[in-house]
Amino acid sequence: MKAAPFAFIRAESLDHVLEQLARHGGEAKPIAGGQSLVPMMAMRLARPALLVDINRLPELKTLEIGPRRVVMGATSRQRDIEENAALNRVVPLLREAVRWVGHVQTRNRGTVGGSLAHADPSAELPLAALVLDATLVLRSQAEGQRRVAATDFLIAPMVTATGEAECLAAIEWPVWEGPGVACAFEEVAIRHGDFAMASAACQLQLDAAGICRRAAIGLGGVAGTPLAFPDLAAALLGRRIEPRLAHDIAEEAAARAEPGSDPHADAEYRRHLAAVLLRRALLRAAAGVPAMAAA
Amino acid sequence: MSAPTSPLATVEIVVNGTRRRAVVEPRTTLVDFLRDHLGLTGTHVGCEHGICGACSVLLEGDPVRACCLFAVQVDGMSVTTVEGLAPARGQLSKLQDAFCEAHALQCGYCTPGMLIACHDLLARNPHPSEAEIREAIGGNLCRCTGYQQIVDAVKLATGQGAAHG
Repeated sequence: MKAAPFAFIRAESLDHVLEQLARHGGEAKPIAGGQSLVPMMAMRLARPALLVDINRLPELKTLEIGPRRVVMGATSRQRDIEENAALNRVVPLLREAVRWVGHVQTRNRGTVGGSLAHADPSAELPLAALVLDATLVLRSQAEGQRRVAATDFLIAPMVTATGEAECLAAIEWPVWEGPGVACAFEEVAIRHGDFAMASAACQLQLDAAGICRRAAIGLGGVAGTPLAFPDLAAALLGRRIEPRLAHDIAEEAAARAEPGSDPHADAEYRRHLAAVLLRRALLRAAAGVPAMAAA
Repeated sequence: MSAPTSPLATVEIVVNGTRRRAVVEPRTTLVDFLRDHLGLTGTHVGCEHGICGACSVLLEGDPVRACCLFAVQVDGMSVTTVEGLAPARGQLSKLQDAFCEAHALQCGYCTPGMLIACHDLLARNPHPSEAEIREAIGGNLCRCTGYQQIVDAVKLATGQGAAHG
């Protein structure tokens, strides 16, 4: 299994990338970590005529941690996210999500932007971006900069709002201000590191009395894109996250999913998993229990 | 609109401390570069799409899958392969020796990738728990051992208990 022939350019700047994408349209493809693109090229599911390597561009590796948001360069490595304590304090769901992504060898290369741009419906980082209402910053020569909400960015399996001449440059992660922010990411896969059969994520803000004041919840792997449920999250507000409430919200969310079937798990099993995982995530976040080192 | 043609590229990397250079097609993966162009056949080609881990090498000290990288991407960088883990020619590292002692290999296909993964683990964490060992080799498939002897070997190399059998 070898990739079809292609031409290769190592980009010297983001402008250089955008110029190449503008000139060659859909024949050119940016390559970052390559952990999805290279296997797809090996299987000839992708046959770009030109690869533009964006790995060595410092402007795509920036990380600005502000009081209201974190602006993360698109080629930030998953492994760096995992190990950045300052980032994990302000956007804790990222650490929770990334520990489920692949393995050490793939996280050393795989990037946050690459995972979002690939948009596998079972992938963890797109679900985290949707739940947290992240904003994706797209750049192109013609339009300059375009900011797209995760909900508008993730269109269908492996389909995003990115145009042929656009390059994902940065991701803006909202920071939840104030105390009592807790989150959890739960998943079931055949083996740890495989894509999820189903996954669930939540971020909550609880006051000193344990009452939920802010909430965001979502499911992955059970539809063509990850799913968020703002109305169900709103139903948690002003209430204590108790088992009955967590169960009811999780069941309702799972009922709205549209899971597919494959030889490993049929649709009803995925729906069952989704409900169990979201209930677990809500209760674990509400109890403030951190993720285990290796689940 | 036509994309440029695919000219050959010169790739120069430092492998196991030695500067090496070859002229390759851009589509040549790092693992094919190491094996076919540099003659370093210790690193194995398994699935060629990032699943089995047999092709793992250290890139700038960090473990990566050499089938999911094109050689042109790593021009100028340093790579350590399984051939570079032993302290000297004809010797074995403590970990390699433990793999022999604990019967951590049968067919040997996964072994270079397992050694790279475990070498990286011990470099970061000299006294890993069993769960940490299992997580570290989670990206490497072995179809012979059932993994237990590999876990035992890492424990043996870190002075935690004797091997089975």
